[in-house]
Amino acid sequence: MNDDLFGSAVVLDLGPIPVTEGMVGSLVVTVGLLVVAAILGRAAERRPDSWPAAAGRMLVGFVQGIARDGAGHDAPMLAVFGATLFLFVAGSALYGQLPGVRAPTADLAVAATLALTVFFAVPIAGVRVRGVLGYLRHYTEGGVFLAPIEVISELSRTLALALRLFGNMMSGHLIVGLLVSLVGLLIPVPLMALDLAIGLIQAYIFTILACVYVGAAIQVEERQ
Amino acid sequence: MSDQTYIAVASILGAALVMGFGAFGAALGESRLGSAGMDAIARQPDESGNLARNMLVGLAMIESTAIFALVIALVLLFANPFVK
Repeated sequence: MNDDLFGSAVVLDLGPIPVTEGMVGSLVVTVGLLVVAAILGRAAERRPDSWPAAAGRMLVGFVQGIARDGAGHDAPMLAVFGATLFLFVAGSALYGQLPGVRAPTADLAVAATLALTVFFAVPIAGVRVRGVLGYLRHYTEGGVFLAPIEVISELSRTLALALRLFGNMMSGHLIVGLLVSLVGLLIPVPLMALDLAIGLIQAYIFTILACVYVGAAIQVEERQ
Repeated sequence: MSDQTYIAVASILGAALVMGFGAFGAALGESRLGSAGMDAIARQPDESGNLARNMLVGLAMIESTAIFALVIALVLLFANPFVK
């Protein structure tokens, strides 16, 4: 139980690299997303009035809206980044509903990897848009003495991002597992529906927070 | 009782306290947000979609404090570094 709760079990041993359940799940989700993206893209090309094309456009508009809210202006690269995070987290929540598997994001390593992606995307996007000095200047915006606090807040919000996603996905899995072992069939079904809804809301929140964090770094100052 | 038993008892008590107080605070916050959200929707029914979406996001953010408590409680119970 110890290993299963926070990490995930090793399913395959490839020499120095143990392959865990979370890695397999991430791979399955990624391949599934690629297949869906190929189908939607082909549909959008061939028949722009079909429903897969409409679904694809709705998704793109949705994520572009989140990125615009985060950055304060249209940010195409941020929208791509946010769409990647949203689709992966939402796809993992859907994948976690399959019997016998757990969502890859219910593995602390996968959730922490996603949070670290956001952590590194902030300085990369900031330096690209505002230059090294312009990016470093935002640390001292509230005064030089607040700079260490800014650094601590960047670290702690990354930790919170990872733990929030991991905790939500893992607790749903845990509750369903407990109920299945206690009361058996059909009773956990409402909780599984709740788990799915929480997973999708968490995907939305993860995307919003990532876009707000990166968006704050690429915001061009509007000061007189 | 040996030291290990004391550590186990303290961990279980700590996990229970963490989960109880964590859920207490989160429940208070969520109830306030829920009542404010209902109030806003009652005043502006036209904006209900937008308001409900923002309310759900806020709920999930508040919920995450309880989830942090849950993670701490589970660390105490199942991955306690002091229990050998």
